[in-house]
Amino acid sequence: MKKLYLFLLVAFVALLVLPKFLSSYALGIFIMIFFYAYLGQSWNILTGYTGVISLGHSLYVGIGAYMTYLLTLTLGLSPWIGMWIGGLTAGLIGLVIGFFGFRFGLKGVYFVLLTISFAEIGRLIVLHLKVFGSFQGLFITPHFSAANFQFKENVPYYYIALGYVIFSMVVVRLLERSKIGRYMIALREEEEAAESLGVNVFKYKMIAIFISAWMTSLAGAFYTNYLYYLHPGTMMSMAFSIEIILRPIIGGMGTVLGPVIGSFLITPLAEISRTYFAKAGYEGLHLVIYGFLLVAVVLFFPRGVISYIKKALSSLLGG
Amino acid sequence: MSLLELKNVSKNFGGLKAVHQVSFSLERGEILGIIGPNGAGKTTLFNTLTGFYKPDEGEIWFEGERLVGLKPHQICKKGMVRTFQIVKPFLELTTLENVVIAALNRTELIREATEKALQTIEMVGLKDKAETLATGLTLPHRKRLELARALATEPKLLLLDEVMAGLTPTEVEELIRLLKEINRRGMTILMIEHVMQGVMALSKRVVVLNYGEKIAEGVPQEVVKNRQVIDAYLGEEFGNASN
Repeated sequence: MKKLYLFLLVAFVALLVLPKFLSSYALGIFIMIFFYAYLGQSWNILTGYTGVISLGHSLYVGIGAYMTYLLTLTLGLSPWIGMWIGGLTAGLIGLVIGFFGFRFGLKGVYFVLLTISFAEIGRLIVLHLKVFGSFQGLFITPHFSAANFQFKENVPYYYIALGYVIFSMVVVRLLERSKIGRYMIALREEEEAAESLGVNVFKYKMIAIFISAWMTSLAGAFYTNYLYYLHPGTMMSMAFSIEIILRPIIGGMGTVLGPVIGSFLITPLAEISRTYFAKAGYEGLHLVIYGFLLVAVVLFFPRGVISYIKKALSSLLGG
Repeated sequence: MSLLELKNVSKNFGGLKAVHQVSFSLERGEILGIIGPNGAGKTTLFNTLTGFYKPDEGEIWFEGERLVGLKPHQICKKGMVRTFQIVKPFLELTTLENVVIAALNRTELIREATEKALQTIEMVGLKDKAETLATGLTLPHRKRLELARALATEPKLLLLDEVMAGLTPTEVEELIRLLKEINRRGMTILMIEHVMQGVMALSKRVVVLNYGEKIAEGVPQEVVKNRQVIDAYLGEEFGNASN
């Protein structure tokens, strides 16, 4: 365990000095790695730890992104403040979804359908309202300054995104070591047994969905201020929800490192193959590669690649 | 005042009277056995007592408080906990982690819960399995884990659903000794049990259920000679033949 922490510390320091040696394009790929690792970690809390499957997490990203932007536009509020209001809003929407799902005991595919429905409702609302840019989407004119969360260079985004990842890893690690986290795991493993041993199922599922939705939406603020373009067709789509869950599944659900490892494996592949195939005129072919990869992982690494990497690491580091 | 008191408790599933008008009470420090053929309603009664089912009629009193309408986790907090006939360990967790979750019923602190869990694991004889994943435990060990988790919630009343089923006679002997010790330390126990060796050794009093109704109550040695009880277990034909 100590050696693992040492390894993580070395990796962290390496990531801190890395921007000095990288091109802006390579930095962009690392930013996407961090972005998706963070999103995967946020989803991991609800699905990986608590065992409640959500396929609608794009909704929370959308809430975070639009809330942050509209608060800036209308009230001139800095995104650094707006993102927390967006987070709270997403958390509350998560509680509404949770209430319907958990109060009436929806499980498995039925709860999945509920999360998809809410995400679709959100997407359609945004798509049809002028205030959200309607079909054209919203183009954001950047005003570069740290207070505005808008920068000319990729380097500040790199460090902010890295900060997001560290933040999410700390939150999940703290959860793992707390009563809340233990109860969440108990619910994932065996709900009836947990209930009979004093776990309030409804309460702890609500806590899980709140934290997960709140954290997911914070990534929306990053999305807004990094890409300067919001459109529900991309960031609030089912496809985006799938992007969110792919990395923790491949890396290993219910672990702190799984979503991060998953993102380091998948995101560069996605980014590079996307540009490569688009240039060659085969847009969308990278999704086919995703498909095959997912099948391979489910077949050969059903618990994610982390368990195998851990084994390799521990033999490398000598236990 | 009895620790637990049931008054005319009934639970129906459609037209089936799974539990019908059952009444009995349980005193502090006692071990009461519930016996009866398969399908007699024993597990349904446990599910009703622990809040997994809501009774259709009747009252359940625990330490002078009404329990009907409370959720399983609230009943656990009040001090009544059950084990499951088909054991339900948290499979991906170690024995210790399993029991820690149960011990968190009485504390917010992981460290305190861990201490409690370690004591409990030692008491039930799973100390050398503390770091083993529950998936790697044999059935007798899983049964002990089920018992350890229940005990770690610090109950006043322990409901055991067939903890002895599937064990060898030697294992049953060991478990009897363990349960006697737990009872000697002040735990009241209500047990569903098919293994008569266990019932005879532990309970001074048994309640017999058949088709959801209580057909007999009393000292085990006498109850097994009861006409209705023999009929229930062996069928009326065999019951008559044994005369």
